[in-house]
This record gives sequence, structure tokens and C-alpha cells, in this order.
Amino acid sequence: MSVVAVSHLAAGYDGREVLRDVSLSVTAGDVVAILGANGSGKSTLIRTILGLVPSRRGSIELFGTPQKRFRQWARIGYVPQRLGAGSGVPATVGEVVASGRLARRGVFRFPAAGDKAAVRDALTAVGLLDRIGDPVTTLSGGQQQRTLIARALAGKPDLLVLDEPNAGVDAASQEAFAAALTRFAGDGGTILLVLHELGPLRPLIGRAVVVHDGRIAYEGTPPEPAGHHAEPDHEHLHPHAEELKAGICEWAPTEGTKAY
Amino acid sequence: MELLTLPFMQRALAAAMIIGLAAPALGIYLVQRRLSLIGDGIGHVALTGVGLGLLTGNEPVFSAIVVATVGAVGVELIRERGRTSGDLALAMLFYGGIAGGVLLVGLSDGSGNSSLMQYLFGSPLTTSATDLMVIGGLGVTVLAAMLFFRPALFALCNDEEYARVSGLPVRTLNLLLAVTTAVTVTIAMRTVGLLLVSALMVVPVAAAQQLTRGFVSTMTVAMLIGVGAAGAGVLVSAEADTAPGATTVLLALAVFVATALAASIRHSLHRPQTPPTASEPPDVVLHA
Repeated sequence: MSVVAVSHLAAGYDGREVLRDVSLSVTAGDVVAILGANGSGKSTLIRTILGLVPSRRGSIELFGTPQKRFRQWARIGYVPQRLGAGSGVPATVGEVVASGRLARRGVFRFPAAGDKAAVRDALTAVGLLDRIGDPVTTLSGGQQQRTLIARALAGKPDLLVLDEPNAGVDAASQEAFAAALTRFAGDGGTILLVLHELGPLRPLIGRAVVVHDGRIAYEGTPPEPAGHHAEPDHEHLHPHAEELKAGICEWAPTEGTKAY
Repeated sequence: MELLTLPFMQRALAAAMIIGLAAPALGIYLVQRRLSLIGDGIGHVALTGVGLGLLTGNEPVFSAIVVATVGAVGVELIRERGRTSGDLALAMLFYGGIAGGVLLVGLSDGSGNSSLMQYLFGSPLTTSATDLMVIGGLGVTVLAAMLFFRPALFALCNDEEYARVSGLPVRTLNLLLAVTTAVTVTIAMRTVGLLLVSALMVVPVAAAQQLTRGFVSTMTVAMLIGVGAAGAGVLVSAEADTAPGATTVLLALAVFVATALAASIRHSLHRPQTPPTASEPPDVVLHA
């Protein structure tokens, strides 16, 4: 079943066209990583798919419905790059994660027991249940990122969309959240994520899409960790080798990643 | 305390306490969104409405609500669209609103200056029974909306893009906040005045968040501080013969100073002995 179908998409901001002609198809159960250099348009691509950036040309379908008419937003869990800067008004981890239930519950209903259970389940999945009552500002960057993943998981979505979830995240958090994503994918969930480097998520990713200059420059199996890089079938990556290196060369299997 | 047996005193106290509850309940969302000064801007605009009401012989509260609502919705549409020019647009609105108000109040045949002062700085003791019904009805409506839609408004003010992707009616919720801001400003002008109304939305929140860890607890404590300061402000000003609006705001500020001191003392007592455990890896990957 088609989860995301993007065809000849163009999008951008204030006169600057970031995406020129992008086509992408994600079906149920896929785990797709979008790679690319800074400014390549990889974040713009998912933001356009989600309707946060207006498209200029082309079409977007979500779960078989044109995006403009799509209403089942509870089926999508969005994990932004970082928690909002914060204004000083405190909010607990549990309160932030509870926002993830709104898509399913709607604006007019009070939270019920099921909502509270879903919040606890989601926090358990990312290993932060013991922090449920703590202000989010007291968490480390990685823990805040896991809070955002828990918020998305709390809505029990079919598709997770993540924007650079492992940028600047400590090792413990990277593992906790690779585990959460692995479990989500194992339960049949679909994942579309923008990545700067593959890192510990590498074993999970079924397909990599490289965005370069507003177009898809490569689509296929994710780049292998160092060693396989020089193989002939990776030749065509070389125009973008600089940016891909970041995702390949520093990655090496460790005790933690072998488990997946 | 025999003051409390006087009907005008009871009305003043009831009106002040309704506003003391409603203003921080709305204000917490405005603070969360970094729009702490929006109430001030809308207050300036409401003054034009007061002037219009006085000039045309209508009830100033109603014309102020209409003009303030138009202004608040206008600000919200500018914010939604431009974002960059929002700051300047807000400034225009401030000055246009207050200049228009002063001009129109001056043109009306009533005693211009004293009625101007009454709306700018409040005069709770002149609250009539009709005023109290309007303040009560609208204040309770604002309060109910802020409490009932708390999860959605929290999600919106915490992360607007996430709220959008959640399929929440983002624009409707934004307009709800704009309209309730206009209504709160207008009904509060009798108690604290248009120039000080924003303080009652913001200061209790600022005071509460020194002590609290979560959003719901901050909202609860802010409402308690708001209702306490507003009630005490009316009583103290009647006893001490001071300006009620200014007394209320200074009392709220005193609570803020006290909670900020308490928070800093607590912070220095509980300073963590060990540095934070989770260290972040550098963002940049260096290649050998």
C-alpha cells in the first residue's frame, strides 16, 4: 500500500526554489532515509510532504489521498529537529508527550485513561518513563529528542517522519532511539527520516535516497560502511562523495549496534 | 473590613477576582508564545474603541470589544503571513490605537480627561451591576475556553508546526487566542486599566514559573496569584486610598520578586555536585 507518493515535486521559500523535480514513493513497512548535504533540500522535502512548506508543482499523496484533502493526520507521527526554543514557561516531559494524542483524540475531548496509558507506553519505548514529571528543559539534547519521538509514538501512527533525529545526540540516546525505531518498524510501521549520518540506524534502513541540488541523485541500498565504499557500483555516488562520507566513514559496528 | 458590606465594594471585588483568574489563564499561552506584550498593544487599540463609544453615546465596553477584536485579529493575520514585519505592524497599532483613542475621547463632550484616566488606569469602584454582569459573563467564558482547550492550546503554543502536522485547527485556535485577548483586555480595563492590563496577564505567570515544573501547575499557581493580587489590590487600595490598578500590579510584581528570590535561594542550595552525566558528541564529524 502506498504511504507517501511524491511526483515531480517542486517547492521552496520566498522565490528560492529548493526542490526542483523530486519523485519518491514509500510503501507500507518501508524504512527510507533521505540523505544529502546541508542545503540540498532534504529537510524541505519532508516539510513539503507534511504540508509545512507549500508545493509549487507536482503532486503529493499520503495514504492514497492527495495531501490537500488528507485529514487522517493521526496516522502520521512527526518528529521535528529539536524542541522549540522554549519561552520559560515550564512543561513536563509527560505534558509534551501528551500533545501527541491530540491528533487521535481531537480538540473537543478530554484525555481519557487510554491517552495516559499511551503516553506512558511511548515514554517506556524511548526509556524515559522515569522522567515523566521532570521539566523538559532539564533533559539533555538527546533526551529531549527522545521526548519528541515519544510524542510522535504516543499517537500510535502508521508512518513516522523524522527530521535529523540523531544530530548532536549522545550515544545512550542514539541507542535508545534506534531501539525504539527498530521496534516500530518491526511492528510493521513505515519510517521516513532525514539523516545527516547513518550512525547506529544503519542496520534498520532499507533504502537510501540522496537529495542533491533539489533532485534525487541516488536511490537504492544505503551506502555500506567503510570498505565497501570503493566498490564499482558506488562510483556514481562520487559527485556527492563529500556529503556522503559523513554518513559512511565514521560509522563502524560496535557492541551496541550489532544487537540490531 | 466593613468595607466589604458596601455593594460597590463587593462589585469591585467580584469583578477584580474574575479578571484575576481569567487574565493569567490566557496570559500563560501568550507568554509561552513570546507574545507577552500583545495584551498591551491590544489595550492601546481598545482605547480607540472607548473613544468611539463615548463619542457616539454607546457603552464604551462594547465598542472597545469590537475595535480590540478587529485589532487582535489583524495582528494575528499579520503574524501568520509576514512574521518579519510583525514587530513594526504591532508598533503602528500601538501608536495608532492610543492616538485615535485620545483624539476621540477629547472630541466627545464628556469630561475628557477624567474619563480617559478612568479607562487608562482603571476605576473598579465605579463598577455598576450591569458592568459586573458583562465582566462576569465574558470573564467566565474566557476562563472556560482557556481551560477546556488547554491541551490543544498548549500544543499550539509549544510547537505550532507540530500542531499543524497533528491536523489541529491551527488558524482557528490562533484566532481564538486573539479574540479572547481582546475580550480580556476590554473587561479588565475597568479594574486595572488599559495600560496595566497586560501586567495581570503576564506577571502572575512569570511569578508562578519560578516555582513550578509543569504547564498545568504553572497555570494553576498563576491563576491563584492573579486572583489574590486582584482581590488584595482592590481591598488595599480602598483602605490605603491608593490607585487600585497600580496597587494590584505592584502586588503581583511583589509576588514575582518574592518567588524569584525563593527560586534563586533554592537553586543555590540544591546546586548539583556532579556535572550533567550525558555529554553530547560534537556536531561535526572529523575524518581521519
